[in-house]
Amino acid sequence: MSASSEPGIVRPSIAEMFTQFLIIGAISFGGGIVAYERALLVEHKKWVGADEFMAALALSQTLPGLNSVNLAAIIGQRMAGLRGAMACVIGLTIPGATVVMALGILYDNGRNDPLANLALAAVAAAATGLIANTVRQMGSNHFHKPLSLALMAVTFTLMSIIKLPLLEVLLIVFPVGLWLYRPRRSA
Amino acid sequence: MNHSSALMGLASSFALFSLLAVGGGVSVLPEMQTVMATRYGLSAESFVHIYGLGQLAPGPNMLMVLVLGYHVAGLAGAFTVLIAFFTPALILSLVGGRLWDRVGETPWRRAVQNALEPISLGLMISGLYSIAREALNGPVSFGLCALTFGLLVSTRINPVLIMLGASVAGVVLMKTTGLP
Repeated sequence: MSASSEPGIVRPSIAEMFTQFLIIGAISFGGGIVAYERALLVEHKKWVGADEFMAALALSQTLPGLNSVNLAAIIGQRMAGLRGAMACVIGLTIPGATVVMALGILYDNGRNDPLANLALAAVAAAATGLIANTVRQMGSNHFHKPLSLALMAVTFTLMSIIKLPLLEVLLIVFPVGLWLYRPRRSA
Repeated sequence: MNHSSALMGLASSFALFSLLAVGGGVSVLPEMQTVMATRYGLSAESFVHIYGLGQLAPGPNMLMVLVLGYHVAGLAGAFTVLIAFFTPALILSLVGGRLWDRVGETPWRRAVQNALEPISLGLMISGLYSIAREALNGPVSFGLCALTFGLLVSTRINPVLIMLGASVAGVVLMKTTGLP
């Protein structure tokens, strides 16, 4: 165990990290995994300070990839280097990977089962409501800002209406966004 | 298409998806759906069903990419996709984590974050649109979407229970009314 810069924070062993992330991987349904990670790391186990967690979360959201997995890697690395990162990421993904593969094999073998297709159609419909709510929550700081709305609208238009490949969309909107939000000398 | 070239194709596609997933997995759904349809002949309907499978499994929903790999090239395909989709972002996180600590709070770091937030939102709305266009194809599915959204906004019920309840109600309604 090693000490953190913040008081009251004690670092766990690799085995403990793996086990706790395995539990999150097994019980977190319907998205919102970051909230489980926060509860575990900051509130329940106090392995990570609140400020340290927020900084890692900001980084995980800035980098490409799945936010919850990036966060597990960043925190794991901070706690115990590369082995810590691997323990957290593998723990987080094993249960879901196993379950989704089992379901996927069943689905592939019974592709035309009407009841299964009906159930998946219903789940997908409900999931659109869930994604819409995630967009609403993430966008609450942006929906009233003209600059944010404009960048959002241009990104959506290039992707979904003009149907450019994602790489090209990013090569267009990211430099524009960076210029729009460039650091300015305060007057 | 022989087996190893199928695996190479999967690996390069999903490694790219990993690096382009700005703001999370939903952002990359439209691109993924297009590639799965044009390169591997997966129908939009099957894509949405597989997305639904991801919602039924615990952990990150985007683990459903394994089923996409399985569909193309069996278990080897699933394993290839697992490695290709998770490794690039993982390496970036590990390198980024170290750089981030060293660079500290700079104005340009703030600018990158400020620019990425609206772009991520725009891409997430595109992801939502690509799933909704296929999944919301009748009164029952529209109702389910509205019900789930409404309950998430206005109550503090666990999202898992909302999703499960809506899905069970949806199956019963679709079965009895015969409407999608």
